[in-house]
Amino acid sequence: MIIAEGKPIKEILAMIEPFDKIIVAGCKGCVTVCSAGGEKEVGILAAALRLARNTQGRSLETKEVTLERQCDTEYLEPMREYADQYQAILSLACGAGIQFVAEKFRHHPVLPGVNTQFIGVTEEQGVWTERCQACGQCVLDLTGGICPISRCSKSLLNGPCGGSKNGQCEVDPEVACGWQLIYDRLQELGQLDKLEVIIPVKDWSKSRDGGPRRRVREDLRI
Amino acid sequence: MRENFEPLIVAFCCHYCAYTAADLAGTMRLSYPPNVRIIRVPCTGKVDVLFLLKAFEEGADGVYVAGCLEGDCHFLKGNLRAKKRVALAKRILEEVGLGGERLEMYNMSAAMGPRFAEVAREMTEKIRKLGPSPIKKMPRAGSKGSGENKILDQVVNY
Repeated sequence: MIIAEGKPIKEILAMIEPFDKIIVAGCKGCVTVCSAGGEKEVGILAAALRLARNTQGRSLETKEVTLERQCDTEYLEPMREYADQYQAILSLACGAGIQFVAEKFRHHPVLPGVNTQFIGVTEEQGVWTERCQACGQCVLDLTGGICPISRCSKSLLNGPCGGSKNGQCEVDPEVACGWQLIYDRLQELGQLDKLEVIIPVKDWSKSRDGGPRRRVREDLRI
Repeated sequence: MRENFEPLIVAFCCHYCAYTAADLAGTMRLSYPPNVRIIRVPCTGKVDVLFLLKAFEEGADGVYVAGCLEGDCHFLKGNLRAKKRVALAKRILEEVGLGGERLEMYNMSAAMGPRFAEVAREMTEKIRKLGPSPIKKMPRAGSKGSGENKILDQVVNY
């Protein structure tokens, strides 16, 4: 899922400075799972913002809502009913959701309540780590299901660099060497021969470096 | 006004230890300030960060969470979860300008009636010195609608 982290309250307070009536909109998707923008976080943030405003001698009216998702038009429509009663929308969804709200509610300033970080997994309750960088050219079949782009700090494609030490990465000693992980896994699977398959120079145009991407399924278009 | 400021303290007490300790304090006829309003929860692990913030929004001058001694929680780790949530709420209260010292976590066993009374006294005095909460009760226009906190309303406006 997409992992995000709530922005510091002071930063959000500065963003909502000109407004007295805002919608605080959470999302039941990824940000709920990584406890950054779900119903709970909406409640806590809205309460904190109201308290902060109160200590400044000002008031803040908040509408707390948590939408199913913010990345699909249909799920944003319910906000249409009351949006005009509010001056701005503070969205706790991932960057995609925040932008979609901005696109669909053109008369409202839409503010980000979280910093969207990476695509990752829940390693344990309260700990989320990166697994995928959406490079558009998955080679996980050749690397035992471990991604060299996201788990190697240098995104090397054919083995570790000289800095791999005791299975840890030279860039950050707390981080495992991605290629050590790949080697160990391929060994476990009895697929060490896959290491002899040279992964060619990556076509980065399929990744972010090629500009904003688009995917279409013609069979689904009405 | 300041001389006769009577703080309003809300105490979230777990049924198995702190609430029982409060009961024992009563049985022992121990005296503690009437400023403390007790909310019994099955376990302090039930206490959410949101309850703590809303208690201040509703006008509490001080809040504390009283649970079992660490290692003795009836539900094993509820009081440890509460400890972390209280720590987070304290940080939030600092950031919003209320001050983290208005919120505390205490641990006690069911047999510690005198400790319950001592904590109540301690907290009341601390908050009395800090003065009233800077939160002025706002008309309940904001959040999900009034009636949301019927129980807290009754406790706070007792």
